[in-house]
Amino acid sequence: MAGGVPVPRGAAKTGGPAGYTRYSGGSNTPHLSKNIRMSMSTSALLLLIAAMAALGYWLGKYRSLALVGGGRGIRQLHSLPSYYGLLTALWCALPCLAVLAIWLACQDGLISSLVTRDLGPAPSGAANLGLFMNDVRNFASGSVPAAGVGQQVQVAAAHYQRLRGISSLALTGIILVMGLLATFWARSRITPDLRARNTVEAIGEKVLLACSTLAVFVTLGIVLSVVYESILFFRSVPVHEFLLGLQWSPQTAMRADQVGSSGSFGAVPLFLGTMMISGIAMLIAVPVGLFSAVYLAEYANRRFRSFAKPLLEILAGIPTVVYGFFAALTVGPALRTFGESIGLHVASESALAAGLVMGIMIIPFVSSLADDMITAVPQSLRDGAYALGATRSETIKQVVLRAALPGIVGGVLLAVSRAIGETMIVVMAAGLAARMTANPLEAVTTVTVQIVTLLTGDQEFDSPKTLAAFALGLVLFLVTLGLNIFALYIVRKYREQYE
Amino acid sequence: MNSRSAADTRLLVEKSLRRRAWAERRFRAYGLGAVLVGILFVFFLFGSIISKGYSAFLQAGVTLDIYFDPEIIDPAGTRQPETLATANYTSLVRAALRQQFPEVEGRPRTRALYELVSNSASFELQHLVEADPALIGKRQRMSFLAAANVDQLLKGRIDRKRAEATRVLSDDQIGWIDALAAKDQLKLKFNKGFFVHGDSREPEQAGVWGAVVGTLYTLAVTLLLSFPIGVAAAIYLEEFAPRNRWTDLIEVNINNLAAVPSIVFGLLGLAMFLNFFGMPRSAPLVGGFVLTLLTLPTIIIASRAALKAVPPSIREAALGMGASKLQMVGHHVLPLAMPGILTGTIIGMARALGETAPLLMIGMVAFIVDVPKSLVDPATVLPVQIFLWADSPERAFLERTSAAIIVLLGFLILMNATAVILRNRYERRW
Repeated sequence: MAGGVPVPRGAAKTGGPAGYTRYSGGSNTPHLSKNIRMSMSTSALLLLIAAMAALGYWLGKYRSLALVGGGRGIRQLHSLPSYYGLLTALWCALPCLAVLAIWLACQDGLISSLVTRDLGPAPSGAANLGLFMNDVRNFASGSVPAAGVGQQVQVAAAHYQRLRGISSLALTGIILVMGLLATFWARSRITPDLRARNTVEAIGEKVLLACSTLAVFVTLGIVLSVVYESILFFRSVPVHEFLLGLQWSPQTAMRADQVGSSGSFGAVPLFLGTMMISGIAMLIAVPVGLFSAVYLAEYANRRFRSFAKPLLEILAGIPTVVYGFFAALTVGPALRTFGESIGLHVASESALAAGLVMGIMIIPFVSSLADDMITAVPQSLRDGAYALGATRSETIKQVVLRAALPGIVGGVLLAVSRAIGETMIVVMAAGLAARMTANPLEAVTTVTVQIVTLLTGDQEFDSPKTLAAFALGLVLFLVTLGLNIFALYIVRKYREQYE
Repeated sequence: MNSRSAADTRLLVEKSLRRRAWAERRFRAYGLGAVLVGILFVFFLFGSIISKGYSAFLQAGVTLDIYFDPEIIDPAGTRQPETLATANYTSLVRAALRQQFPEVEGRPRTRALYELVSNSASFELQHLVEADPALIGKRQRMSFLAAANVDQLLKGRIDRKRAEATRVLSDDQIGWIDALAAKDQLKLKFNKGFFVHGDSREPEQAGVWGAVVGTLYTLAVTLLLSFPIGVAAAIYLEEFAPRNRWTDLIEVNINNLAAVPSIVFGLLGLAMFLNFFGMPRSAPLVGGFVLTLLTLPTIIIASRAALKAVPPSIREAALGMGASKLQMVGHHVLPLAMPGILTGTIIGMARALGETAPLLMIGMVAFIVDVPKSLVDPATVLPVQIFLWADSPERAFLERTSAAIIVLLGFLILMNATAVILRNRYERRW
């Protein structure tokens, strides 16, 4: 029974066939099976390039040795033979990779436009055209039976497939020819005086630089993608309504004439819910984390410390989905039962349960940062306090903690930013209904919960509902970024003070 | 006058000393209390999950005498593959159950009887007959999965004393279960299916293998991308970068990315990889890309620390012998820093293993029965599987969820233990 018993679940949880969330931000949604074949051929091409590069390495290396008459003449070479090999391989691989990347980026758009141009009387309108091309791709990849599509689609699909075939054949040919030409050209350029090592190392350094720049591009990518979709959202919902509105009900209707078809996107209840849950979490994490850091840094002997610190840090390594499960199925019901026994109504998805468990999760985060800060306080400050007759706790309270305060505040801010961005615990243990309440026993919802619910639902593309998730993401990103920059600045400033 | 005041002062000081000593003890007790609360949470968490989940490693099985009735499977006697594939195997199982309890009559009661055996039984029989058509006409004692509720009853997770109307099993069913158990035809066995099956709608058939394979694919992509890129970035920043604005910008960026909420990376993956580049949804490939971006900062920061720990004298010696800068790094600095870099990488991978939220954004939250066979097959990962099961209303999924968590934590402990061993054995102090 490999692969399990094939029992279809029918409509899957998240909606859509086989549970794919049916979200798409543009009209030109590419599809699964097209990509399977595309990536198969891509990996085959990558293998081809690697093989040609290996050939180039071998050719270059032995060419350089042959030029100086074998291993004996190696001193006449400017660089070691393997550098000549590497240089040849790079000459072969780099242009091929560039062509491959450009080709893959352009091919789909080009083929689609060719298909639509040759179509004759095309369905009008950009959105229609996108849908039509989707049908064509689906049919071409065989995921839709012939009965389900029109005649026009079938014709177009055949055309599409032919063009794709031509394209992939042409790409393979171009890469093969170009790779081999470049290899032999590079080989012919090898002379004993060629500064192969310098060239190879210059390229190597460029690669290293490119890798380190990736971080900047990731940030840029986050900002661009989130901001772009947010702008689309703010076109239909004004910024002030989003940031100051008190009503959050993103259920846009399927038909325009239904009641409440517009939905309302006032995010204040989400911000309040996020703040409440993070606040509860910090109420747990800061005292427990701080006190345990003080105890471990100032009181505990080495044996206890070496046993307790790793144990506490286990809490930081547990996946958040586990905490979510714990909050939803252990802490939540327990709080509810306890509340009933003393005559209090506790919602089964109360803010308290989520906040409590999130607090537990953040304890090690606060404690290890505070521990660092406390141990960074110079011993001379403590000695001074002891010399004045202060007890240990007085020294800690009045000297050590005060000296470490900026660092600790920085650490707590980092913890706050983590609490705000935490997703799984709240998705599993907090509610969905946006409510304006100050009662921690009621269910509230948070920014991250709404992002997940909006994007894993079943919805039409370009609806304000999905775009709202990006606007929320933008707010989340900006707030956590601000907190992080501020906190890192404080921590760095503090570290420099005692260095 | 003077002597009285001295005694007063002395009294005052002694009193305050007592108070301060108490305050000292109290403060210390708070500290110890905080540490113990933290440790208590660890034990409570593990205890609660293990006590909920350990029972999922056992599974109830029913042994029945199956008669491979030729009248039902293949009345014409053609042994055509199509006939064998479409035969009504369910009725074989039902016949065996009726034979076991001949006294059961009437539609509602027989239907209740049929509910005791999981519907996977007919698929098992089908596979068996297709593999060996000679079975037809024979009688064989076979073991099947019991239905999830039977399993839960045997494990004591269903309260027999509750009123029949609010119980998932009727009094009749409990009677039959007890009768089968008394004849040793119904008992708990090691649950192999949990480790070899994919997801299923029926709790008793659901397994983690599909999710484990998806996880392995995703982590393989993550490792293959994030390790080389992260190490290269660390080498550049530590060994080559000039101190200028651009380098500062990169550094600030990396530090900030390490603290950006993971769900934002999911949004990036959705907007960039899925919508802009048109990569497939639910694929381990894209999951690996997103997790790469997520783990890169961790790996870069750890690798930089490891590179920094290599003393400058090694670099000077290598340069002094005429090595180029890249040779110095490749031949000397990098090998010496490798244990630290690997430790950091493993810790980064452990973090990626537990990550759920960004994968929800790129559609890895799907009900997928098949075990993925390639990097672009729809797949799910272990944490997402846990999330999906935790949402299921069936009681039997509760223990499966906990068991999946035990498996996940097992992987995490393994990775972290490797990191610790690596650090203790190979890391050099200079």
